[in-house]
Amino acid sequence: MATETGEVAKESAGMPQLDFSTFDNQIVWLLITLVVIYFVLSRVALPRIGSVLAERAGTITNDIAAAEDLKQQAIDAEAAYEKALVDARAEAGRIVGETKAAIQVDLDKAIAKADAEIAARAAEGEKAIAAIRDSAATSAATVAKDIAKDIVSAVAPGKIDAKSITAAVTAKMKG
Amino acid sequence: MATEAHGAEDGGLVFHPMDQFIVKPLFGNGDVGAFTITNVTLWMALTVVCIIVLLVFGTSRRAIVPSRSQSIAEMMYGFVYKMVEDVTGKDGVKYFPYIMTLFMFILVSNFLGLLPMAFTTTSHIAVTGVLAMFVFLAVTILGFVKNGMGFLGLFWVSSAPLALRPILALIEVISYFVRPVSHSIRLAGNMMAGHAVIKVFAGFAAIAAISPLSILAITAMYGLEILVSGIQAYVFAILTCVYLKDALHPSH
Repeated sequence: MATETGEVAKESAGMPQLDFSTFDNQIVWLLITLVVIYFVLSRVALPRIGSVLAERAGTITNDIAAAEDLKQQAIDAEAAYEKALVDARAEAGRIVGETKAAIQVDLDKAIAKADAEIAARAAEGEKAIAAIRDSAATSAATVAKDIAKDIVSAVAPGKIDAKSITAAVTAKMKG
Repeated sequence: MATEAHGAEDGGLVFHPMDQFIVKPLFGNGDVGAFTITNVTLWMALTVVCIIVLLVFGTSRRAIVPSRSQSIAEMMYGFVYKMVEDVTGKDGVKYFPYIMTLFMFILVSNFLGLLPMAFTTTSHIAVTGVLAMFVFLAVTILGFVKNGMGFLGLFWVSSAPLALRPILALIEVISYFVRPVSHSIRLAGNMMAGHAVIKVFAGFAAIAAISPLSILAITAMYGLEILVSGIQAYVFAILTCVYLKDALHPSH
């Protein structure tokens, strides 16, 4: 192309690829291009993309770990809740038992006290009844002696003394 | 040679499928020297710009939830990183930036070459040859530095019967030295062939009766070329990884 004389061989071949006069030009520019691309890639592009990918992987890993953590927390919270529930049930059962026992004790005490009172009252009543009975018997004897003295003095005045009448009445009443 | 071809086929169908690969100065019509600004310079510079836009500006926000461009950059990164790690193992990961450089350069060059009127830098054997030689030399030097003479164990297939080993060693040595050739020609050949075929179909479009078919064929080829562009960049990168693995772990 450039010089008529030098081009004959290349033209017959018909392939610009085999035009050796352009090789140095192509190789020079290729080497410059490759060096530029290499430096752009190794200094800027690849570290940046690599760090972005690593960062993303890290973010994803962290998020998954955080999710796992939260899940574990939820499980723990549920377990704590269950435990609290069981504890509360046990506590309630215990309180019920204690209260029952306390009430039972009070009840027993009250029953015992009431029994004692009833017994005391009954004894008192019996005593009163006995006293009343005794006084009634004494009164009856006094009345009987008086009436007997009156009757005797009316029937035979001055013949029988009071003492013998009393003794007779007493003996009669005993009989 | 373009002008001569025009003159020779005056009036008939004109095919210049290879004209698109001509390296020419961007300014003026002078000679192509080592540092002349040529269309190679332009399209390689565009490749660099595209890579910077995608991988540097696209990721400038460093978002945890990525934007679209950042997703693409991360996908590229992840794709190449996983490839390097899977093929070469953990100790090959430190060579990831080099393989990423090769992969991004080839991928973006291939795709930029698909733009109409574009110049495909990776269709030139000079470019792919340098890439392949770079890989070949790096892998060979690395192999000897890492393993010393043990690197030669790569050619001595210890699992084969003893009688076969010298023959196998010869084959292995030949295949080892053919690597850079196949590595470079595979890429350049694929790119060149696809682009040339599209140009040939485009030439047929001059005949009115065939032009609809021609456009259909161009469309189909273009789709195929998009596929090839991605696949060739991937193939180049994964073969580089395989060679690197040989250097790091020469035992079979």
